[in-house]
Amino acid sequence: MRQNYLLRVALKPLIPFIMVFGLYVQFHGDYGPGGGFQAGVIFAAAIILYALVWGPRDALAVFSRRSLERLAAIGVLLYGSVGVLAMLRGGNFLDYDTLAHDPLHGQHYGILAIELGVGLTVAAVMALLFLLFVMRGRL
Amino acid sequence: MIRVRDLFAAVALSGIYSLLSAGLFTVMDAVDVAFTEAAVGAGISTVLMVATLAFTSRREKTTRTAWKLGPLVLALFTGGLLIYGTLDLPIYGDPDAPVHQHMEPRFLEESAAEVGPPNIVTSVLASYRGYDTFGETVVIFTAAIGVLLLLTERRGRRPQNGRGRRPENGVEEENEAEDLG
Repeated sequence: MRQNYLLRVALKPLIPFIMVFGLYVQFHGDYGPGGGFQAGVIFAAAIILYALVWGPRDALAVFSRRSLERLAAIGVLLYGSVGVLAMLRGGNFLDYDTLAHDPLHGQHYGILAIELGVGLTVAAVMALLFLLFVMRGRL
Repeated sequence: MIRVRDLFAAVALSGIYSLLSAGLFTVMDAVDVAFTEAAVGAGISTVLMVATLAFTSRREKTTRTAWKLGPLVLALFTGGLLIYGTLDLPIYGDPDAPVHQHMEPRFLEESAAEVGPPNIVTSVLASYRGYDTFGETVVIFTAAIGVLLLLTERRGRRPQNGRGRRPENGVEEENEAEDLG
């Protein structure tokens, strides 16, 4: 698709906006529709769109396989460690009340952190699945 | 969609179906679900299926099979049973439905004081049901590990269909060797 100038010109300005929208959905999930999962998928969609038009190799040059693998693991780790942190501070696993002096603030921080974890994992996994599938063993 | 033999059209139709369901969810005020359906159902899975089509042929092979009565009866019976089961479900939006009696009042009335976010769906998913969402994230991660194992060739083993690595991919081979450590 490298010769497809129309697609390239039309999509190039779109990709940053999709990514910003993904971030908006990520961090605005408390107040509006959305959350980590949706944000992750939107962010992955931006990467996939890039891979569709410029080819998976160019996308892998930006988001390398190793970094995507690590991001996926870091997301799960972040989620789990919030739970463990709550336990260390005297609450139950994933009980965010203990994360700050005010239970409501604790809940807010906890939700922000775990949503970020979900978003990281989902975005990395979705992009990784698509890129690896398209490259099929040539990676 | 069942009778379509052009696989590209079938994929496009399933994407359109997902998008329409997303619209339906929006009408039913389930904005978060609609969001997910539009992004995953209409977006990512359609792209994945199109990518699959690139590796196979575009048209489905037509096979002539004789009508079999047994499977048809079984399918109709199961479908009829399921439809019969829906008759007992409360109608959509019924305030007396058990789902609106049991947990929902607590979530609606208390979540602002207990959890905080105005989006109650987020409160339920991330806080009340945080353990569940953690499980979902781990499932996604585990699925990725499985697919990675399936899609990554082991070093030194050539695939059966003879489509082995070509010499110009030497750079990637080195990278993979690094990855495998």
